[in-house]
Amino acid sequence: MGIRLDKEARAGLTLIAPPFIFAILLLAVPLTAILMLSFFSQSYLTLDTTLTLDNYRTALTEPLYRLLMLRSLAISGCVTLATVILAFPIAYFVSFHVAPSKKSLWIFLITIPFWTSYLIRVFLWKVILGYNGVLNSSLQGLGIIDEPLTFILYNANAVVITLAHAFAPFAILPIFVALERIDRPLLEASRDLGEGTVGTFLRVTLPLAMPGVVAAALIVFIPTIGDYVTPQLVGGPSGLMIANWIQTLFLGQNNAPMGATTAVLAMLIVGVIALVFVFLNRRFLRVRR
Amino acid sequence: MKLNLNWLKGYAVLYLVFLYAPIFLLPIFAFNDATVIAFPLKGFTTRWFADLTTTPALHGAVLNSLFIAISTAILSTCLGICAARAGARFSFPGKQGIIGFIMIPLVLPEIIVAVSLLVTLLQLGLSLSSWTVILGHTLICTPFSIAILNSAFATLDPSMEEAAYDLGETKWSTFRLITLPLVMPGIISSFLIAFTISLDEFIIAFFLTGAEPTLPVYLWGQLRFPAKLPIVMALGTILVAFSILLLTLAEIFRRRGIAKAGGRDTGGFL
Repeated sequence: MGIRLDKEARAGLTLIAPPFIFAILLLAVPLTAILMLSFFSQSYLTLDTTLTLDNYRTALTEPLYRLLMLRSLAISGCVTLATVILAFPIAYFVSFHVAPSKKSLWIFLITIPFWTSYLIRVFLWKVILGYNGVLNSSLQGLGIIDEPLTFILYNANAVVITLAHAFAPFAILPIFVALERIDRPLLEASRDLGEGTVGTFLRVTLPLAMPGVVAAALIVFIPTIGDYVTPQLVGGPSGLMIANWIQTLFLGQNNAPMGATTAVLAMLIVGVIALVFVFLNRRFLRVRR
Repeated sequence: MKLNLNWLKGYAVLYLVFLYAPIFLLPIFAFNDATVIAFPLKGFTTRWFADLTTTPALHGAVLNSLFIAISTAILSTCLGICAARAGARFSFPGKQGIIGFIMIPLVLPEIIVAVSLLVTLLQLGLSLSSWTVILGHTLICTPFSIAILNSAFATLDPSMEEAAYDLGETKWSTFRLITLPLVMPGIISSFLIAFTISLDEFIIAFFLTGAEPTLPVYLWGQLRFPAKLPIVMALGTILVAFSILLLTLAEIFRRRGIAKAGGRDTGGFL
């Protein structure tokens, strides 16, 4: 290397080397491998390593792929929307109406359910939403409904409810952090200048909280679109998503190249949407200045 | 305004009920004397907990998961210390890019991490075992460790270390005597969070585990058998109690760390 590094840079690079090399070996290499695999093809048990675009052609023309991609997008879109809208008032409440000494207790309470066994939480939603489940039996017991509700399990609705529950803290925390950063005198200034409570909220609080909202949307969207457990347990056939199909291709149908292609396409979709979100965030930040 | 606040408060309480609903149901069914997981309840029993002690496959899965979680916690905390220390203390070319790259698993769907690791490991001819799960878990836990340790290292006052150098301590003894004790709460908190994530992680373990399943993979298998469900509920109750205990410990250490560094508590792990 022609570049001479000073002592500090060398010390920093030596220190960052172990995690960086680990990430190259376990992240960059596998992602490259899956990208290469997506251009191969599988005939029964042998892997054909001639490069081909057939997998991509199949993925883009077969209706099943389009259906699963669109469904995954729709479901995680709904989850993101529901989670963010439901989470905003909570973040607002904790940031503006909870005494500073109690704030970390509230945040702790909100994060606890997130750290408990994911599988069991999802399974319990199956128990709650089921035909003889907690919700149906209590509604019937109260005499509100005569027949058990069937539209709440083994379909996309169930997936949305369960995921909105599982990812709630992911949405609350970034919004909370953004709200905490707002200078309180700004709100007073707005009121002094004649804005009402609603006007102040819409014209000062909400725009300033927007980076947090965008971050929350991104943080919920990315893991939900690739979720496997929830669609498998509560989704039924009409609620299956892209991750379930990737799993089927790899472990069920033993067609790794096709699975790799699907994974690459899913990554592309996630990447494009993430970029849109980041771009939106930039615009919101520019408006602030 | 007053009315507004009451509405918000009511909503916040309802939201917490929604968040905690599944967790409250867990012990109810774990102590319910019926094989069907539904209301009305039948009676009180502890036999599901007793059944847990007589299931050897479960014990194997628990031990395997503990081994994986502890190894993952140690590895990702060590890698996290390197990255957080380098990020907080030194400036070097490509710093933003390198740290950003290490943090990528945070924004990558887990199924993609799982399949790409599976493909690579099989191509290299490595057989799947607990170690392959540990590698995968370390990859996704390291960003969390870095995020936690960053705040510990960022609040560290460099003049303390300089004072130690001036007083004749070597680089290593300064790290051991000054730096390490100051960031210890962050290290413990990172260890516990990585442990908890690894213990609970399913999809990577599902793809990368060899002949010995981890606890979530074992649970996944049991969910298919209706007769096994009450036992799963009992196991879940124990797991939830255990997680809450660990989290409370992690939170106590995190707060102590902030107090030690003289910072202000801003709340939350993330």
